[in-house]
Amino acid sequence: MNKKAIVLYLHVHQPFRIRHYTAFDAGVNHDYFDAPYEDRTSNEQIAHKVAQKSYLPTNARLLQLLRDNPQFKLSLSITGTVIEQLEKWAPEALASFQELTATGRVEIVAETYHHSLAFFYNREEFETQVRMHADKVREVFGQEPKVFRNTELCYNNDVAYWADKAGYKAVLAEGWDPVLKWRSPNYVYRPAYTENIKLLMKNYRLSDDIAFRFGDQAWSEWPLTADKFTRWLGDEQNATNFDLFMDYETFGEHQWSETGIFEFLSHLPKEWLKDEHHTFMTVSEVADSFEPVDYVDVPDTITWADTERDLSAWLGNGMQTGSIQALYDLRTRILDTGDLSLIEDFRRMTTSDHFYYMCTKYFNDGDIHAYFSPYETPYEAYINFMNAFHDLKFRLSEKGVAV
Amino acid sequence: MLGWELPPHNSGGLGTACLQLCKSLAKHDLDIEFVLPYEADHGIDFMTITAATPQGIVSVVRSGIAYDSYKYTREDGSEAWLNIYDQQELYEKAVASMIEGKEFDIVHAHDWLTFRAAMRVKEKKGCPVILHVHSVESDRAGGSKGNPLVHEIEELSMHMADRIIAVSQHTKNCIVRDYGIPAEKIEVVHNSIEVSDIEQLDPDNAYRYLAAMRAIGYRVVVNVGRLTVQKGLPNLLHAAKEVVFRAPKTLFLIVGSGEQYYELITLAAELGIGQNVIFTDFQRGKRLRDAFSIGDLFVMPSVSEPFGLTPLEAIGYGTPALVSKQSGVSEVLANALKVDFWDIHEMANQIHAVVQNDPLRDTLLQNAQQEYQHLSWDKASEKIVGLYHQHLVGATA
Repeated sequence: MNKKAIVLYLHVHQPFRIRHYTAFDAGVNHDYFDAPYEDRTSNEQIAHKVAQKSYLPTNARLLQLLRDNPQFKLSLSITGTVIEQLEKWAPEALASFQELTATGRVEIVAETYHHSLAFFYNREEFETQVRMHADKVREVFGQEPKVFRNTELCYNNDVAYWADKAGYKAVLAEGWDPVLKWRSPNYVYRPAYTENIKLLMKNYRLSDDIAFRFGDQAWSEWPLTADKFTRWLGDEQNATNFDLFMDYETFGEHQWSETGIFEFLSHLPKEWLKDEHHTFMTVSEVADSFEPVDYVDVPDTITWADTERDLSAWLGNGMQTGSIQALYDLRTRILDTGDLSLIEDFRRMTTSDHFYYMCTKYFNDGDIHAYFSPYETPYEAYINFMNAFHDLKFRLSEKGVAV
Repeated sequence: MLGWELPPHNSGGLGTACLQLCKSLAKHDLDIEFVLPYEADHGIDFMTITAATPQGIVSVVRSGIAYDSYKYTREDGSEAWLNIYDQQELYEKAVASMIEGKEFDIVHAHDWLTFRAAMRVKEKKGCPVILHVHSVESDRAGGSKGNPLVHEIEELSMHMADRIIAVSQHTKNCIVRDYGIPAEKIEVVHNSIEVSDIEQLDPDNAYRYLAAMRAIGYRVVVNVGRLTVQKGLPNLLHAAKEVVFRAPKTLFLIVGSGEQYYELITLAAELGIGQNVIFTDFQRGKRLRDAFSIGDLFVMPSVSEPFGLTPLEAIGYGTPALVSKQSGVSEVLANALKVDFWDIHEMANQIHAVVQNDPLRDTLLQNAQQEYQHLSWDKASEKIVGLYHQHLVGATA
């Protein structure tokens, strides 16, 4: 009989943020992503900060855990855009990720290179970005990704169908109650209308206990210790796998070091592994180890964001839908130019974060949105984006392309 | 003269109109002391500019272009920010104390913010008061009654004033309608523009992108102004939606800031014309001039516009205009397209006609520019000097 597994999966991403870019820049400067270093939108400055505050200390701890606990394993998704930024501005942080994967117990998950919503706008672009990501992962980490996650865990039957045909072992999704109904997320499922692929569903309650509630002193379970947490998991009789999916920046950024999050992380493997029936698995191991217990049908798109678990944080208002449509409208014309810098600028603009910054759902979820935005208002984010969009058009027109 | 702002520290047309009027008045044998509520350097030599600062206040600084915030620095170094209503009350007190020991023949006050101060001068000195109405509260409130406190100030002081100058027949009608002032007490003196104040344009327009798009067949429609309910921008965007549907290569440039800024950005996006509407926020100097000149058509869709100088500036910089019939400028400008502010379809129809028809645009501009050559503030100032004399004679008799 298989052991009960914790499936820890962390998501690492940084977008290329657009600087304060005005109507007077359009047609003149094409440096949308190059804010002055002191600016809030400086990608270089943020890369430095996040490498120091989160990536380096967390990776050092993860590496220690891997060394101390031969059974400890985890999975990472790391976007092409953040790999590029680390190569350029924080190579020591990238090296620390490479040290993790060199242990052979850290699996990299497939996704779009640019952390985009291309699946919903242009399938060809989507496949190109997934291929670009796989190439980058092979080059940097020497791995072939076998499990797929779509940006922001955007998932529906079509995503699963695509990933099945593309040959992935498993696909990741939010274990959202309206989708699972009475069922538990702590098993492996099979997506409706697929034949081979497996579906791993995030246990959002347990994941959010760590990612969101950990440092909240008003929470009835505060303080959360590794001992208490593993007891909850151990008490769960009907379960094969606990899918704990979260942003990598949970460690050190969303939960500051002062909350004790690193101590929690350090103690988790030891506490969990005290029971010989417990183990850790990577995402493809869990797919290999368990047979699906049921089909899960997801006709409507779910994500791992907000209380709605839908796309409304990215595509919830006219600014968001208008700007993303305008961008994808240019795609064929931009690709046809063969101009690599124009194409790459276009792809950087497909990154979902740009649309997230334009979100106007200001109450409840809004504080989260405000915290993660380098812009004062969603309108500012939109105007910068649209001016950069106009410049893409300008660059096309300079090449004699009809715009 | 009591005023609220002068360029380059102005938030809109009021400051520009005051400056140009005074420049023209100064050609007559007049000694003008222009009293402002703040301290700043304006580089003006044809009149005296005085800052009315209340007792105990060392300096008053306007915050950028914001219409409603002033920073007061007290003698002890502490600072306070005031809203516009409190500010006009302080201005009244400051003016009342600074006129001690000064002699005036006549008080000429511009808009409600200075009206209470004007009444205080009249009360203390007994000199005649002329109120110059550049806009009434119902204009600024976009047709509703507006702020009752402001309404009251306008009503009382207009009744007490010796004479009222309205910047258009439109405004005169509003004063009669809103405040029951006898029509004979109100003189219409239209604003104007000095041809010589139109500055030379650089060959290199600041809106490089728009220039490039025009070169490949796009057409540009421009609006410059505060983004407030009075200015009727939502109607322009609804009309833009219709225009873009029929002529997708039309771009709308919206230059300005105001409380409708975010609302308008959202509206353009929701209408599906986010790609066609470019917002630049408030601009001045070269970027303002270039905005006027980059257009194929300038549109002023105001719900209620006492005068509206911007279409004349646009014409001066080479762009013909479409103005709402609810504007004073439509009374003096024959060669412009005119539309009711609420008639979105007709507005769209006329914009569409111009962006699809360069000869129409060029003819409209040519004729408007001929008309424009004859505009001058001198007619306005002659009329005003005439009024001064009437009241001075009356006062001494």
